[in-house]
Amino acid sequence: MSTSRPFDPASALVQAPAPPAEVLIASAHVLDPRAGIDAPHDVLVRDGRIAEIGAPGSIAAPPGAEVVDGRGRHLLPAFFDPHVHLRVPGQEHKEDIETGTRAAAAGGYCAVVAMPNTDPVVDSAPVLRSLRDAAARDARVAVGFMPAITRGLMGSELTEMAELRAEGALGFTDDGKPVVSAGMLRKALQYQRLAGGVIALHEEDPSLSGSGAMHEGAVSAMLGISGIPSVSESTMVARDAALAGYEGGRVHMQHLSCVESVRAVAQAKEIGVRVTAEASPHHLCLTDEAVRAGHAGHGLLDTNMKMNPPLRTEADRQALIDGLRSGVIDCIATDHAPHARDEKESPFEQAPMGTIGLETAFAAVHTELVVPGILPLALVVDRMTSGAALLDLPVPGIAADVPANLTLVDLAAEWEVGEDGYESRSENCCFAGRRLRGRILLTVAGGSVAYRERALVAA
Amino acid sequence: MRHLLSIEDLDRASIERICDRAASFAEVAHREIKKVPALRGRTVLNLFYEASTRTRSSFELAAKRLSADVVNFSASGSSVEKGESLKDTVLTLNAHKPDAIVIRTPWAGAAALVAQWTPAAVVNAGDGKHEHPTQALLDVYTLRQRVGDLDGASIWIVGDVLHSRVARSNVLAFQEMGAKVTVCGPPTLIPRHMEALGCDVRYTLEDLPSADVVYALRMQNERMDQAFVPTIREYAAEYQINGRRLRPHQVLMHPGPVNRGVELSGEVVDSPQAVITMQVESGIVVRMAVLYEVLAGRANVPAPTAEPSIA
Repeated sequence: MSTSRPFDPASALVQAPAPPAEVLIASAHVLDPRAGIDAPHDVLVRDGRIAEIGAPGSIAAPPGAEVVDGRGRHLLPAFFDPHVHLRVPGQEHKEDIETGTRAAAAGGYCAVVAMPNTDPVVDSAPVLRSLRDAAARDARVAVGFMPAITRGLMGSELTEMAELRAEGALGFTDDGKPVVSAGMLRKALQYQRLAGGVIALHEEDPSLSGSGAMHEGAVSAMLGISGIPSVSESTMVARDAALAGYEGGRVHMQHLSCVESVRAVAQAKEIGVRVTAEASPHHLCLTDEAVRAGHAGHGLLDTNMKMNPPLRTEADRQALIDGLRSGVIDCIATDHAPHARDEKESPFEQAPMGTIGLETAFAAVHTELVVPGILPLALVVDRMTSGAALLDLPVPGIAADVPANLTLVDLAAEWEVGEDGYESRSENCCFAGRRLRGRILLTVAGGSVAYRERALVAA
Repeated sequence: MRHLLSIEDLDRASIERICDRAASFAEVAHREIKKVPALRGRTVLNLFYEASTRTRSSFELAAKRLSADVVNFSASGSSVEKGESLKDTVLTLNAHKPDAIVIRTPWAGAAALVAQWTPAAVVNAGDGKHEHPTQALLDVYTLRQRVGDLDGASIWIVGDVLHSRVARSNVLAFQEMGAKVTVCGPPTLIPRHMEALGCDVRYTLEDLPSADVVYALRMQNERMDQAFVPTIREYAAEYQINGRRLRPHQVLMHPGPVNRGVELSGEVVDSPQAVITMQVESGIVVRMAVLYEVLAGRANVPAPTAEPSIA
């Protein structure tokens, strides 16, 4: 056991070695809301670090550096996703570290946090170590890990949280499942005082969600599909916020989906509970109508619209947007959940839950919320990077002499989701076939070029 | 009509056309040779993922009376039990070149999914708790025979609406025909937002006397295990259609099989107001009309729009 070794945030994220970037991004509109930058600049990356930020046209490219024309494009801090499923170990037919981080890079992300609901579950130091070793070989962007709160996600015994933390656990979660027993979660919150690390919660009362396959509402009534009521989530959010308050623990509410949950988090924050929350692009952009709106008539249902928590109503969607705006919801997380085609190509009630999201997150939120003027771009950039702060990691930013974590985007570029396939191994994307505005052109992650759009390769 | 997947896809004129055709087939049952050659040489495949004797044999008889060949394929004892996916089963059955596939599954939307994978006409014989369109059509047909025009008629559907595909299809079909539909049952057995279908929702039978037609649903015993109602006794006390509750002017319907003494008392089942056996009879002619609709107009070997890929 190595529990005496302290958690080291600097080594919590793992990435495969890659040549450090030497690149001048010339005259892009640089936007970093935290740094207060919102104007065209030249940004020079040398040896993987941001070496210099200057007025457009002021920086000359050093010999050997690549020059990328940034005119008409936006340079943003690369995004941080605290919630993805890389499916390793055991479900490599859906995704692996290489394909998942390629998808992340293509979506403008410099770091992702992998969930432990794999086979075997990430609930012991040896499994965590093997994953970190794999990431050090295969990860194109930085990967962090959240092992399980309870062994095998069974909800009855704590994992060796202290040892896992010393091995680099960013936090703990039974994601995919709730911690059903309040007493069990209370023990985890008490033990958190020793182990540290945020406890991230998938909130769902299985006695209410039952065999539900979509949001309980008008659409489920029409379709005769068992519903997952919004209170199956919000009652658990309220319960667990109360537990966290009582124990002085720190919790993160994953993928909020409904108005009642947003309200419960707001109330908890008001009274000083250490709680943070995330919302996913699909809950921010889609409603339960999409389950059958994808196709006309005939009751044909779109299994790419099946996820847990489910897409809910327009009122829920608006509450999530308001929560994101006010800061009740701290960050956007994709809950990137790949499934193989044959798994999704089945009757709706039988299909597994989840949608991939890394490659479309920015474009979807930009198209649905920024372009119509609902949210400012700066706020979206903030919420797509701030996930790092919840885990006590440095937030990606654009400043001189920090590691380069950057993404160059063309906000005007329109593209059809899926037309060129996906970097992910899976194609179960809820935005498939939609035309989105905002294209990632270049991603620098941990100081290395992790993604280059084809147009930019040719240039 | 290429497929029959959902009542939602049918307008009033289509429902009337099917009922009229069913009426024209009705006399076949009274012939000594109960057969017409309308679908001779066509193959109808019954693909049933749920136990069903009545619906399956009704479809089988309907197809045979139209001189079609019928193959029954049930999920138990087949490759399905060996883990074959629905898609692979359908692709395999396509090789038998069926002209129509009649499918029942426990999954909403499955019939529509199957229609994507086969060049055959697909008839939904029940998809989960979603729809059972031929039941709704035969019920409309029965009522048109019995009471005529449904415009303005008040129809009460009573019982376990939550788990009933019959309820959903019938609400839509009766409303399309101009009736006003009320669903009534224990609050635990009425889906939240049921009124989204356009019907009224009641939890007591207090206003039942205003109904022209009372449609009782089967109260399934297995619901008892899930505590939807405290006891069958209390269910019967609150919701059973019996001689005390059924008015002389009302027509009584039930999709079968009946639980005597639960949702219906024996006396009303046996009363002349009950049209339950007439519904079964209508089932055959309406299914003949449906099979005729989806098959008679087609070329012999319809080409699939795209070669289904096995991926």
